[in-house]
Amino acid sequence: MNPFRMKRWSSYVVGTLLGVLTWFTFGVAHKALGVSTNFSQAVRLVEEAVAPDHAKEVAYFADYKIPTAIGWEVAIFVGLILGAAISAWLARDQSGAQLPELWVQRFGPSRWKAYALAFLGGVILIYGARLAGGCTSGHGISGSLQLAVSSWAFFLSLFASGLATAFVLFRKGA
Amino acid sequence: MFESWTVIGLGLFTGLVFGFLLQKGGVTKYEVIVNQFRLKDFTVLKTMLTAIVVGGVGVYFLAEQELAKLSVKPALLVANVLGGLIFGVGMVLLGLCPGTAVAALGERNWRAMAGLLGMLVGAFLQAETYGLLAGLPRSVDLGPLTWPTLLGVSPWIILAGLTLVSLVLFIGLEVWERHRGTASVHTTPPPPAQRLALTEKVSVGS
Repeated sequence: MNPFRMKRWSSYVVGTLLGVLTWFTFGVAHKALGVSTNFSQAVRLVEEAVAPDHAKEVAYFADYKIPTAIGWEVAIFVGLILGAAISAWLARDQSGAQLPELWVQRFGPSRWKAYALAFLGGVILIYGARLAGGCTSGHGISGSLQLAVSSWAFFLSLFASGLATAFVLFRKGA
Repeated sequence: MFESWTVIGLGLFTGLVFGFLLQKGGVTKYEVIVNQFRLKDFTVLKTMLTAIVVGGVGVYFLAEQELAKLSVKPALLVANVLGGLIFGVGMVLLGLCPGTAVAALGERNWRAMAGLLGMLVGAFLQAETYGLLAGLPRSVDLGPLTWPTLLGVSPWIILAGLTLVSLVLFIGLEVWERHRGTASVHTTPPPPAQRLALTEKVSVGS
């Protein structure tokens, strides 16, 4: 079967190819793979346009060197959507548009409840990512592969916290 | 205001491959992410550890040949640990992380869209409340520290150790998953269709 039409690839194949992709980003683009800086950059640019005096007082932008030049991460953002869309289209994988079965089992079939809790999840996770200076891409992959202490501290903490959260959310009788 | 077209083009290509791989790897799915933290599906761990080992060996090789420069984020340990703990809660609630949520948009996933809107609001809240933390996030700053510098050994020793640990873990997981797979065959009742066929045969016989 044509591999591009397959719905799933082995995790080891995908992981290996992601590793090779980081050779490309470090060796050719001279950049690290990252996603979550996008959100802080958007906030910074909007604040600088709408309330420039206030933006100067937000210590976070300077402390964490949030870039003002639009480019690398925004391009990755757009590419991510297209790449996943192409993969899903080739495999005729349409499962993404429905509410996940496990979600419905645990939280019920309400679409609005699903969107509200997803929104809340997004607020919480990006708060953590931006405080830590990266997410599962910037810290989890790019940082961990450079054997950065910061990234391994983030990675292990997120795993511990995720295990505890899943235990509480999905415990029997919850 | 804008980076060069070369950077934007390289970023677009990187994102395309990244998104394609995340979708093929199944990590754009809520179940796959959540079941990792319920220890029922190890896709996330297998994918990330493989990427880290393969990526690490290649990137350290490129750096030694002076073909690439490392860019290590500073070890702000309080911020890293606190941020990771907060991140884990949101990741399980959403069932996606920032990169996989963006990729999930390509699957027309509206939960991911809601999550991304939340991320935009969350990034605003984070920037605005950062000052209230009064320097706590930066209270421990060890600079761009790596394990090899901290332990005073060659990165290749750490990479070799990481490869070995990953291989042992992967073999263990494969054996465990296979064992769990055969065990469940014996414990689960036959599917309804099969049971129906059995009763039919009995009724025909009588």
